[in-house]
Amino acid sequence: MDDVHLKRLVWRSRRGLLELDLQLERFVAEVLPTLDDAALAEFENVLLLPDNDFLDYLNGKADCPDERLKPMLARIRGAQQ
Amino acid sequence: MAIPVRKFDAVIVGAGGAGLRAALQLSEAGLKTAVLSKVFPTRSHTVAAQGGVSASLGNSEPDHWHWHMYDTVKGSDWLGDQDAIEFMCREAPNVVVELEHFGMPFDRNSDGTIYQRPFGGHMSNFGEKPVRRACAAADRTGHAMLHALYQRNVRANTQFFVEWMALDLVRDTDGNVQGVVAMEMETSDIYVFQAKATLFATGGAGRIFASSTNAFINTGDGLGIAARAGIPLEDMEFWQFHPTGVAGAGVLITEGVRGEGGILRNAQGERFMERYAPNAKDLASRDVVSRAMVTEINEGRGCGPNKDHVLLDITHLDPEVIMSKLPGIREISIKFAGVDPIKAPIPVVPTCHYQMGGIPTNYKGEVVVDGKPVSGFYAAGEVACASVHGANRLGTNSLLDLLVFGKSSGNSMIDFIKAAPKDLPELNTADVDRSVARVDRLNNQKNGSNVHEARAAMQRTMQAHCGVFRFKDMLAQGVEKILEVEQMVKTTEIADKSKVFNTARIEALELENLIEVAKATMISANARTESRGAHVRDDAADTPERPNGRDDQNWLKHTLWHREGNRLDYKPVNMNPLTVETIALKTRSY
Repeated sequence: MDDVHLKRLVWRSRRGLLELDLQLERFVAEVLPTLDDAALAEFENVLLLPDNDFLDYLNGKADCPDERLKPMLARIRGAQQ
Repeated sequence: MAIPVRKFDAVIVGAGGAGLRAALQLSEAGLKTAVLSKVFPTRSHTVAAQGGVSASLGNSEPDHWHWHMYDTVKGSDWLGDQDAIEFMCREAPNVVVELEHFGMPFDRNSDGTIYQRPFGGHMSNFGEKPVRRACAAADRTGHAMLHALYQRNVRANTQFFVEWMALDLVRDTDGNVQGVVAMEMETSDIYVFQAKATLFATGGAGRIFASSTNAFINTGDGLGIAARAGIPLEDMEFWQFHPTGVAGAGVLITEGVRGEGGILRNAQGERFMERYAPNAKDLASRDVVSRAMVTEINEGRGCGPNKDHVLLDITHLDPEVIMSKLPGIREISIKFAGVDPIKAPIPVVPTCHYQMGGIPTNYKGEVVVDGKPVSGFYAAGEVACASVHGANRLGTNSLLDLLVFGKSSGNSMIDFIKAAPKDLPELNTADVDRSVARVDRLNNQKNGSNVHEARAAMQRTMQAHCGVFRFKDMLAQGVEKILEVEQMVKTTEIADKSKVFNTARIEALELENLIEVAKATMISANARTESRGAHVRDDAADTPERPNGRDDQNWLKHTLWHREGNRLDYKPVNMNPLTVETIALKTRSY
């Protein structure tokens, strides 16, 4: 994935909900630079989630119906510990 | 270098509730409308609004817009303009029903009407007893509102410019607004969006404080731009705070935690609320708790390396109770404070939530300076000060504000655009050049200050000197300090000079907007020597002549901060509603 694409994902990690900004801040700083292209594509798909759903999945308040997104959601969750 | 110009009938900056509502009005009237947004519209901060939108529909029990108006005036501590408040409360049922027709999935009663729930401060019959006035879509009212409005805008052919940041206003030599200079984030290319009418709907600037519930995007861009263009900012000393946000993060800890037995402690482990409220202790009202927390921090009994917060202790509660009665709190604390509240207390601090002040407008959404509309310039939503919230906002009136004033400003713009000459006038390139020079300064700065350090210095200064409870001496020092921070902001330097999605450049430009809001807030707060609504000072005490420290004789007026020379002037509160009698001054008590 090229630099343009990566930097766009960094910006798109700015969200409408503070709780998402905070959780993505650490992930973007620490994990994003280590991801391979396949993982970056997964992250890009996760960023398309509506903010409320995204937060509910991260908080375990709801189960993400899309199995393909679950591994990346778990990695974002893992970056908070 | 010639800057490319894109031409529209209307340009709107910001795609939250107010911007989308206004855009819809304009696009459905067949006008060529551009909406600029830093983020995808449905990820605007409106998405965070959960509580609902108020309207006196009376679906569950009798209600009346006049009662809603009374509650709003009282909530504003009589600083709200009564013409704008009457307009908003009368329009509320119309805009809510309209939104329902746009596809908003409101919660419903069994008879199909919109379900309404009770909410703090909503009363029937002029403050007599609670009434159900809040309309909601589960706990996702803001989210559902954005989606309904966005879909409708797509259908109406509104042109969205997503991931664009507005930089500066363009005004002609007579002060008429001609549009905005904006930057495309993907390329850092700068364009002018020229239009017959320009609306700012950029939201609030809660990020001026160290502890804020606001998303990172809430950097007061419209306020900074307006201030640089010579537009004063109104009533910026008034900010709504919540007593307990996680220190360093801003995520709220519900007040229910204290209801379940949570205890506030200072650095010595002392249960300090016993001294401030011997009977109610930790269950004292929000104002009393906030004041006590800030006093403890201010007197050196705060916790942590910077002694800048207190602790909320629930370690004595049965873990079963924490799990069952306070779901989510444990997770928030672990995630955002790194603390398991079953084992250790949660660091908390009063946290900024909502900005009551803003760009001065009337109820038509026209920006008003020196008693006259600024030709071609409009503002709506949290960035604007109509003023319906006055010194404090009534819950659920923020979403209502978006809908009512988004629509009314859209209508005002339609009338203005239709009356304007067909061809756009010649552009004032001096303003464009100034904006480009501002970005060039940042790009070429050497030996400058660090953006993150300057922002942190601003946030710490605002939090410590101009927070939920304010001290005379701290405010005076705060003015000096924030002017020092301003000098840092003037020389910010970015290491990354690249063009593509350069988040560092965007953050530096956002900081130039935040600092204007910070100065306006500190200087306005320092000057207002009374307590009113959300602005509470230690030297404006509760006396029989001045209940709660409110001084109507000297301070029943709106502050106007001018960037040039940090000058303040004042304008009277409009106490004359449109059709009903004045809601007369009274002590505000609940």
